[in-house]
Amino acid sequence: MWPLIRGTLSGIVGYMVGALIATLTTTSTFSGEFALVLGFVFGLLGWLFGIGMWNAWGREWVGLTPKTEKAEGWRRYLRFNTDHKVIGAQYLVTMLIVFLLAGLVAMAMRAELASPGQNLFTADVYNKVMSMHGILMIAVAVAGILGAFGNYLVPLMIGADDMAFPRINALGYWMVPPVAIALLAAPLVGSFDAGWTAYPPLSVLNGDGQVLFNVAVIAFGLSSILGGLNIVATVITMRAPGMTWSKLPIFVWAAFAASILSLTVTQFFAASLIMILLDRIAGTTWFGAPGGGTALLYEHVFWFYSHPAVYIMVLPGMGVILEIISHFSRKPLFAYKAVVVSFLSIAGIGSVVWAHHMFTSGMAQNLEGPFMALTEAVSIPTGVIFLAAVGTLWRGKLWFQTPLLLAFFWIFQFLIGGITGVFLADFVTDLSLHDTYFVVAHFHYTIVGGSIFALMAGTFYWFPKVTGRMYNEKLGKIFATWFFVFFQLTFIPLFWVGLNGMNRRVATYQDNLGGVNRFASMMAMIMGLSFVLFVVNLLWSAKFGPVAPANPWNARTLEWQVSSPPPEHNFPSPPSVDGGPYDYGVVGAPTHLREVADPVG
Amino acid sequence: MTTSAEPIQHGAGPSRQRRINQLGLWLFFASETFLFGAFISSRFITSQTSTPEDLNQALALALTIVLLLSSISAYLAETANAHDDHRGFRIYTVATITLGALFLGGVALEWKEALEYFPPGTIYGTAFFSLVGLHAFHVLTGLIALAVILFLGKEGRFGSKDSWPVEGVIKYWHFVDLAWVIIYPTLYLF
Ligand code: HEM
Ligand SMILES: [Cu+2]
Repeated sequence: MWPLIRGTLSGIVGYMVGALIATLTTTSTFSGEFALVLGFVFGLLGWLFGIGMWNAWGREWVGLTPKTEKAEGWRRYLRFNTDHKVIGAQYLVTMLIVFLLAGLVAMAMRAELASPGQNLFTADVYNKVMSMHGILMIAVAVAGILGAFGNYLVPLMIGADDMAFPRINALGYWMVPPVAIALLAAPLVGSFDAGWTAYPPLSVLNGDGQVLFNVAVIAFGLSSILGGLNIVATVITMRAPGMTWSKLPIFVWAAFAASILSLTVTQFFAASLIMILLDRIAGTTWFGAPGGGTALLYEHVFWFYSHPAVYIMVLPGMGVILEIISHFSRKPLFAYKAVVVSFLSIAGIGSVVWAHHMFTSGMAQNLEGPFMALTEAVSIPTGVIFLAAVGTLWRGKLWFQTPLLLAFFWIFQFLIGGITGVFLADFVTDLSLHDTYFVVAHFHYTIVGGSIFALMAGTFYWFPKVTGRMYNEKLGKIFATWFFVFFQLTFIPLFWVGLNGMNRRVATYQDNLGGVNRFASMMAMIMGLSFVLFVVNLLWSAKFGPVAPANPWNARTLEWQVSSPPPEHNFPSPPSVDGGPYDYGVVGAPTHLREVADPVG
Repeated sequence: MTTSAEPIQHGAGPSRQRRINQLGLWLFFASETFLFGAFISSRFITSQTSTPEDLNQALALALTIVLLLSSISAYLAETANAHDDHRGFRIYTVATITLGALFLGGVALEWKEALEYFPPGTIYGTAFFSLVGLHAFHVLTGLIALAVILFLGKEGRFGSKDSWPVEGVIKYWHFVDLAWVIIYPTLYLF
């Protein structure tokens, strides 16, 4: 616990120092906007150095020898630990907690929306609640799979003993708690009510909480840039002998493609939020029309990140699902090479379609056609992913465990999400669909369907590896089905209310939509309850579940060839790779992990 | 500001680690390019290519030259270090830091004038202060990193046997200079 306490204390001191500097050097008050910014920056640095960065790293910069603080058991997780497996587990637990929290917030929203008028919240408070839900969930989708499984599995799957930059990895993780705290503390200084997209002019004019939102999200972006950098460098430089690019497990490819995106485009999100801060604090006029600025600029800069961000969310999900489908249908992954090309072209084309979020923004009209065409072009590689999934399942020997069940659900939901996307990408139909619940339903199908379901599937699939124990299969299946069924019952009605003109981000709506909304709210609550089962299953099994063998699924990839949980530097002796990762049922195919003639010695 | 990985991979020699570090640094540059790119393209979107009459062209040109000179001295410092010329390393690093500090001083001067003629509340001023500020912040971090290697290298600690920290910092310095070479025409030369 000591590193945590030390980090908290130096974080608080850092905050005070930053806020004080701001107060003394400018006209800002101690709780004013500039003080919040400097306070957060110094507080973040204080926290990071306190938690262990100083000992493990900073000492080097002043000529001292770094100290590593070792610990055993659960204490390993509460300190600056550079082991990629520890970091992966830290991300998984953190993100699941944030997810459950943001889910509770969603229940509050659905309670408000259960009837047309204003009941639970004022209009203003509703917008704050909605914004909080949005940004927390976006964070989970961006860093859930990539942070948890990207860190835990990429080194294992490529036969490395850690990431390329272990300390940067730990740094990236430990930036996350202050981000969460800043977001959750924003209500103390007026909260933020501009949605997760933070469009100006509102985000330049609203309460001070918006400033905390901005600095927190910029820090989160930095963390995701560092994470992306690490994964890209790791995949390029740390592969074991024999692990050629065409033998990389498909999840590694997916994480690689997503990481290239987070390494690069995330800077645009940072830039757009910095511009808002400058407009608020430094008196610039990027988005202020009176000074000659334009709010349209924000939309361009913001969506240049935030559309590709949906692929940062969903590419790793695709990787997890294809991984699971191949292992559980005991068949080689269908069209491996086409899938790889598709991942990379989704990342590529996905970077030039951003303005499909802006069809009603007043941007130049002659851009609408090209952006529509480019957006629809992404459906081609996306279709290839579906083909690969179905092609692998086709005539496979399906082993219906919870992960495969969730993979089936994933296919269904992502299909609905993708198809409804086409109506949004067509600017003619989007004119009436934009900013309605149709969009809300669309992106819940894509993000919950595409990313969260994969996060759940991966959690079950790798649970034995991470904890060394088996989860309860029956409870797992009940949870998966429950979640899936009530997800449909919640969100299909939302397409319908959207088509009937219900606007998003407003606490009230047309009276005649009350019945359907009440139904959706009830279903949402029941969906939320399914997570009790999820949490109970995982917590109980982690402690009391049957001990897991090294390879309970009989899978070929490297992470299953070491003990559960894996030893400290992953492989007892340097591994090398022989056959492909998915050669199930291929006669005469050598194992993926090269068999050593004399394993002893 | 080294980026060395802590537990060295099985059979990793120093040259392998160096390759990894180099790649990491270049990836970081790629990322930073997007950050500068966002601001540079926003300048053109909001104020197209217009520049005010009152820009101090002579000062800006002088600043550009100072920064380019600092790149040369940084290069000399790196080479000196690689040849175990510790005195040369120190002299050229001090020269680089001096030129960098001179640059920041010039920017301060420039801002004082700019605040009068085109304050942040004007659309050109918005782009000007944001971009120059963003860049000056990078120069500042570069100066800190240079000061760290100067301090750490005072007893000849780096040299050819451990040249990466020096090389990394100096590469970063070149990158920051290069960014200016693009920002300069963006703000002054249209
Ligand atoms: C076939 C693929 C897809 C197409 C054609 C598509 C199209 C669109 C379009 C045109 C919009 C803007 C709607 C509007 O605001 O009027 C939109 C919104 C959205 N989409 Fe998609 N989409 C696709 C896949 C995805 C995926 C895979 C994700 C996430 C994993 C996603 C997440 C979102 C989000 C978050 C929004 C709403 C953003 C907001 O305004 O808050 N979409 N989609
Ligand atoms: Cu989009």
